[in-house]
Amino acid sequence: MNNTRRVFLKGSLTASALGVAAGAGLLTPSSVLAATWPKGAFERKDLKEAMKMIDGSSSAESGHVTLRAPDIAENGAVVPVTMSSDLDNVVSLTLFAKDNPYPLNSNYVFSNGGMPYASSRIKLSKTMEVMAVARTSDGKLYSTKKQVKVTIGGCGG
Amino acid sequence: MPSNTIRIRAQVKGGTTDVKSLIKHPMETGLRKNKAGKPIPAHFIEQVTAELNGKQVMLANWSIGISKNPFLSFKVMGGKVGDTLKLSWVDNKGESDSIETKLS
Repeated sequence: MNNTRRVFLKGSLTASALGVAAGAGLLTPSSVLAATWPKGAFERKDLKEAMKMIDGSSSAESGHVTLRAPDIAENGAVVPVTMSSDLDNVVSLTLFAKDNPYPLNSNYVFSNGGMPYASSRIKLSKTMEVMAVARTSDGKLYSTKKQVKVTIGGCGG
Repeated sequence: MPSNTIRIRAQVKGGTTDVKSLIKHPMETGLRKNKAGKPIPAHFIEQVTAELNGKQVMLANWSIGISKNPFLSFKVMGGKVGDTLKLSWVDNKGESDSIETKLS
């Protein structure tokens, strides 16, 4: 049932994306690494739905998470973003780009001394709010948001 | 273990291991079209894992929203000079690569 829905979602983008879904997504073995890539959450177009799927809830307290990103990004294709938390029981940090076609951007899971810190470069299609969410070992969520102004969008050709 | 796609540096600083890496990858979204108007298929890294002395310390779940030729930095508590850090990635086409480096 899910697969049908996914094909439908991808197919609705462009008719010929059906082939892409079959070739690249649906048939990829997910057992290459220990934990499966959370495909369903990455395919949600609604931020709250994606957040609920990846973090178990769509409500978070503010604070305890730091999100470093530029106020103005000249190139939306390469926006440096750093997330961190001052809590010592963080199991994951998740980054959302609110108005990208798919809001769930990335999710980092820490174990065996991995610290709640992740820095990368992301794509933003236009000016939007980005949000970092920290999840603790007791399932609590903390979040922080930041508006990033994009001069040139990151998703065009 | 050499790698054609990963460059990595892992340094111990005051009890914390600081890892910086660069991965060569197109990170194609699947939402773009080529000059002929045909969609360019999605091609992106789905997961990156890091192991310190064989134990997983970080797992990254990525998407088409990560920039081309991704940069990734993370930190691990502990770690000694000479310890082994392994970084691996796998993409949506099942392609993968990994690298091992000694902490310095």
